[in-house]
Amino acid sequence: MKWPATSYRRASSLGDVWQAFAEGGAGVQLLAGGQTLLATLAFRLSEPALLLDITRIPTLRGIALHGGALRIGALTTHAGLGRDPLVARHAPLLAQAVPLIAHPAIRNRGTIGGSLANADPAAELPACAVALEATLVLASAQGERRVPAGEFFTGLLSTALRPGELILAVEVPIGRGGSITEIARRSGDYAMCGLALVGARPVFFGVGDGPVLARGAGAALARGDVEAACAALDTDLDPPTDMHGPPAMKRHLARVLLRRAAAPRQEQAA
Amino acid sequence: MSQRTEITLTVNGERVTRSVEARRHLVDFLRLDLGLTGTHAGCEHGVCGACTVRVDGVIVRGCLVVAASLDGAEVTTVEGLADSGEIRALQAAFVARNAAQCGFCTPGMVMTAADILRHHPEATRAEIREHLSGNYCRCTGYQAIVDAVQDVLEAAR
Ligand SMILES: Cc1cc2nc3c(=O)[nH]c(=O)nc-3n(C[C@H](O)[C@H](O)[C@H](O)COP(=O)(O)OP(=O)(O)OC[C@H]3O[C@@H](n4cnc5c(N)ncnc54)[C@H](O)[C@@H]3O)c2cc1C
Ligand code: FES
Ligand code: FES
Repeated sequence: MKWPATSYRRASSLGDVWQAFAEGGAGVQLLAGGQTLLATLAFRLSEPALLLDITRIPTLRGIALHGGALRIGALTTHAGLGRDPLVARHAPLLAQAVPLIAHPAIRNRGTIGGSLANADPAAELPACAVALEATLVLASAQGERRVPAGEFFTGLLSTALRPGELILAVEVPIGRGGSITEIARRSGDYAMCGLALVGARPVFFGVGDGPVLARGAGAALARGDVEAACAALDTDLDPPTDMHGPPAMKRHLARVLLRRAAAPRQEQAA
Repeated sequence: MSQRTEITLTVNGERVTRSVEARRHLVDFLRLDLGLTGTHAGCEHGVCGACTVRVDGVIVRGCLVVAASLDGAEVTTVEGLADSGEIRALQAAFVARNAAQCGFCTPGMVMTAADILRHHPEATRAEIREHLSGNYCRCTGYQAIVDAVQDVLEAAR
């Protein structure tokens, strides 16, 4: 369908954003890459009064080392994340996730801030942020606050973002390594089931209403017991039935991914 | 209420100024406002790739770009690539390999293939398939399209 009637404004600073929020309140929808938002307009799932384009705000850009963390500006595109040397060196999990997200033309515009704010339960970057114990840097007219990724995702497509607030950046502790694997029907689709694993922190996506940290499995992995970790997924995960299949299938896929991620060498030799 | 914005941008090398509604996406802007009908609108929600065009040097989904946001942008469509000769070899290979049937997907396929030529000239067959995986074709079964792109890449090596 064609988009609903709306209006458009380009913000050139955070001050412009605060002013728009003050004037327009809940009718103001931030527009970053538009790769989710504009599709929801086409479905008439949302009818914002104002699309506020934040892509020209310099403070939301850039990737830099900042203390012991890599600070990634909210406007960093998926493609940009995939080719950035600092990301490759200090947060390689994020670079590994990029080819799993959508397709090249979408990765050229979609942003990390948009992906985290949108909080799709099957999205890769929210799961990576939780697995890496990243911190989200949020800002509003009242100032900045920092929220651990593990507390940011509060439910289906829901986050700790308050009205009038946006994501400035995400800060990722450096040197964590990790791996990401997923099972999708076609290349570029959202995952039927996916796993971001950093040390003994397995975070699943596509199996709940947000990224799911599997605590029991993580404890078993810390002891080196992969089979016990797989068994623990029966209680760690409570997947809803979705268009891909029932909970039993999702748990099966989760175990397959956990075995692959925890024992990559055996898997390759087999 | 649908507010309008005046934008000035470059399309296929020509400067154009237009007043556009906020609800106008780039594909409709090209097709309806500029008469450039080479770019196709299929699903209009980001899934099929028929609307693929180049904005500021990179390929994007035209149906997921707000036309009003394009003030100062440089847009290139399949017409632009045909006129400049950039896709001459691809056009010939698509014909030789019978890589277009109804042709609906073809402009998007060619835009994406041109992106492979520019940015990934060493792409393997698997990488070509991966790069094209967001462009749907209901007719050819894809093999002929991948063959055509592979022919052009190999000839250029
Ligand atoms: C065909 C298709 C396939 C896709 N496949 C995948 C996939 O496999 N995996 C995946 O993860 N994603 C996928 N995506 C979505 C893509 O990754 C989006 O880019 C991403 O979800 C949203 O980022 P965006 O910058 O485009 O945000 P937008 O669409 O601009 O915004 C999304 C939401 O976030 C809000 N927002 C944006 N930026 C901020 C900010 N800085 N602070 C606060 N709120 C903000 C917006 O107001 C809006 O509500 C797919 C999209 C398409 C069209
Ligand atoms: S029309 Fe844009 S992706 Fe289908
Ligand atoms: S040739 Fe008909 S859709 Fe591709």
